[in-house]
Amino acid sequence: MEMLAALTQGIRKRLRAIFYLYYDGFRSMTVGKTLWVIILLKLFIFFVVIKWLFFPNLLSRDYDTDEERAAHVRHELTTR
Amino acid sequence: MDDLMTVVDWSRWQFALTAIYHWLFVPLTLGLSLIVAIMETIYVRTGEQKWLKTTKFWMLLFGINFAIGIATGLILEFEFGTNWSNYSWFVGDIFGAPLAIEGIFAFFIEATFVAVMFFGWNRVSKRFHLVSTWMTWFGASCSALWILVANSWMQYPVGMKFDPEQMRNVMDNFWALFSPVAINKYLHAVTSGWALSGVFVIGVSCWFLWKKRNIEFAERSMKVGGWIGLIGLLLTMYTGDGSAIEVARTQPMKLAAMEGLYNGSQGQSLVAVGMVNPEKNWADDTDEYLWAIEIPKGLSFLATHDFNAFVPGVSDLVKGVAINEKGDTVSTVSYADRILIGKQAHEALRRYDKAKVEGDKAAMETARKDLEANYKYFGYGYFDSVDEAIPPIGMTFYAFRVMVGLGSYFILFFIVVLFAVYKKDWFRKSVWLQWIAMLSIPLVYVCSQAGWIVAEVGRQPWTVQDLLPTRAAISAISAASVMVTFWMFAAIFTILLVAEVSIMCRQISKESKKEL
Repeated sequence: MEMLAALTQGIRKRLRAIFYLYYDGFRSMTVGKTLWVIILLKLFIFFVVIKWLFFPNLLSRDYDTDEERAAHVRHELTTR
Repeated sequence: MDDLMTVVDWSRWQFALTAIYHWLFVPLTLGLSLIVAIMETIYVRTGEQKWLKTTKFWMLLFGINFAIGIATGLILEFEFGTNWSNYSWFVGDIFGAPLAIEGIFAFFIEATFVAVMFFGWNRVSKRFHLVSTWMTWFGASCSALWILVANSWMQYPVGMKFDPEQMRNVMDNFWALFSPVAINKYLHAVTSGWALSGVFVIGVSCWFLWKKRNIEFAERSMKVGGWIGLIGLLLTMYTGDGSAIEVARTQPMKLAAMEGLYNGSQGQSLVAVGMVNPEKNWADDTDEYLWAIEIPKGLSFLATHDFNAFVPGVSDLVKGVAINEKGDTVSTVSYADRILIGKQAHEALRRYDKAKVEGDKAAMETARKDLEANYKYFGYGYFDSVDEAIPPIGMTFYAFRVMVGLGSYFILFFIVVLFAVYKKDWFRKSVWLQWIAMLSIPLVYVCSQAGWIVAEVGRQPWTVQDLLPTRAAISAISAASVMVTFWMFAAIFTILLVAEVSIMCRQISKESKKEL
């Protein structure tokens, strides 16, 4: 039981250290803050605007099963 | 058909644009992570603060490039699902598996160790920090491995069997993906990143010399950048030689396009510089080149390591003359016959489809066997003329010469830089040499991009060699939608590039005023 408690405490301590590694790291950034703004803005544009509005996965969107998708591609590849 | 080809052309341009922009960031990540790891290793071994400052400076530039470049490759995956949905389905798990592994590697290794690298200076031991820096380099290199394995499979499809039921190529030998084509391509791309980063470090360091700021820091950096660049470039040349042998063996039409060669011969010369005849057609007798300076027997040696070997040109390949695995000249299937065989494969697939709808299992089995027998040339069935199976000669020819020409220049560049940097006064006083080094930064990017143009334009019209041309790989979408997103990407990526260059320049200038 004591061993389990020590183990749990050790894990907590380690997790806290990892959390503060990121937390303090982000807080003390200088140029990094600008870079994070660029990264987050970029990910927003990529995933929310570009992917959602312009780049649907056509086969996933238009067909429900793999069999239907295969039939569609078979048709496409034999009629061009 | 016209609209289909417009969609194909715009989608190809869009993919090229995205890949070119993505590749502006990747090679610097691959090489600068190595240079930073070496600098930090020197710091840990010597304990000298000057090496800590040097490491931190280049790590900052690595971080800027990493942050701006991250996720730019995701756009390529979006394009697969929308523009190239037939291709995405057709290649199945062969392409998907390496990309999935790449995603896991990229996320876990890079996200973990990059954080320790940047945030962990005073929180983890020196040695653990050093391990994290090396792991960042290792993670980036592993990510590149899976992408390049997937790309190599498109150029040399092996380790799979086509299943008409699933309409997919199903992987039957995972390890076959690590073909000599893949290994050479991977090492060629990664080590070229080392060379590019070496030029980058030297160019930026020369700006310090020119400004007369932190001279010793600049010279320290140039020594590491110079050696890594030179080693990287020598390895790039070695693996490029291996790639040429593999291209001659697996994609002889690409080699013929790289050389602008129509009629091959034994002891075939290599064009050092020249101009291809844009009017030349494989079927006519006009000259291949408007003018050319040739290296006797050079192409035979490049392609086979035998000065007297036969190297086929475009016309030879179209007529069915090739070299086999051992390098011997052999008769093979002409392109006209490949088209006929490909059409038979299509017909078998149509019969399979009809039999499936009718539930006729015996007919399905017969059609499957016919398809298997003719599958090797499946992709040729989309062509009406052999001309459609020939890649753009001019662009491949010139891109190859730009790559090799600049690569040769950079060998000389690294030797001169290393010689000069060890003769301290020589470099400090030579403003012209400093300017050459600074101006070499854009040139090394041109060299790197030219390599990809050779690889990708030279393999046209194929997305998967001999099996799926671009016109079959494309989705049934409108050209207008692709045009809109093309210009959108052009704008976004240009903004990102401007952001990268301006943030880097600002930081270099700011840091140069501190004592490094």
